[in-house]
Amino acid sequence: MIKRRPYRSFLSYIDLSREYYAAHGYSKPYAWISNQKVPFTKLEKPLSECRIALLTTADLKMLPGESSQERHLSRKVYACPVDEAPEHFYTQDLQWDQGSTHTNDNDSFMPLNRLAECAENGRIGSAAPKFYGVMTDYSQGKTSKKSAPQVLELCKEDNVDALILPAL
Amino acid sequence: MSLVARHLEENKLPSVVVGSARDIVEECGVARFLFTDFPLGNPFGKPWDKEMQRSIMDMALTLLECAWQPRTTVQTPFTWSEDDTWRNAFMHVSEEQREEYKKLGEARRAEQAKTKKK
Repeated sequence: MIKRRPYRSFLSYIDLSREYYAAHGYSKPYAWISNQKVPFTKLEKPLSECRIALLTTADLKMLPGESSQERHLSRKVYACPVDEAPEHFYTQDLQWDQGSTHTNDNDSFMPLNRLAECAENGRIGSAAPKFYGVMTDYSQGKTSKKSAPQVLELCKEDNVDALILPAL
Repeated sequence: MSLVARHLEENKLPSVVVGSARDIVEECGVARFLFTDFPLGNPFGKPWDKEMQRSIMDMALTLLECAWQPRTTVQTPFTWSEDDTWRNAFMHVSEEQREEYKKLGEARRAEQAKTKKK
């Protein structure tokens, strides 16, 4: 059966969030970054020789007695050994569709096990021994100038060849 | 996440963003983007569906390997459900909700102000 729509099928989160936060009384809409030029680096080695790492926006845990707001403000870029990954990442401070789904299965948003399988079966050279975390920050300058360079340094320390970034 | 990906690419580290907020990622502009048209929360496939997650991982790796120019977006073939209920619910603002949202916003700003003072 042919399906027809008078609008695009995928959601515009820029439109949705603007209207949503306006309804919450935020008078100035968030201005999203819009770039014309996009940097690009080609993968120079075959995947089977590459060390691949994962970066998430999810947090490792929330400390007892800490409010979600306090936690969010105190978050830092982190590197965590893969074998010390939490049973459940802390995702409640992030903006995702809690009415339609859940984050109880880490691999649905932070696929450490799926990446490990690729290392076992030879699809990639190896999975990095650590994974990385970065916070979603209202300040684009802080993300670009502070957090992103820290992630790059962590990748260099671990000799990472390429990164997968699942955006929650 | 897209801003971090751009910084990595500028510094000779290839990357692939995997996610469901297509407009946000594409406006920012990234080298490689694997898009799944799902509710936000499970960019790597449905919870507990290992086969779907393996498939998305395979597509992400293929994109890393094969993309030859920036702004390469690939859409996975998966659908969340037969109906569109989820599309019409998330961040939906109905007339009945406006008063409630206004109060929630005021409470949040008060909490933020309190945290800043600490």
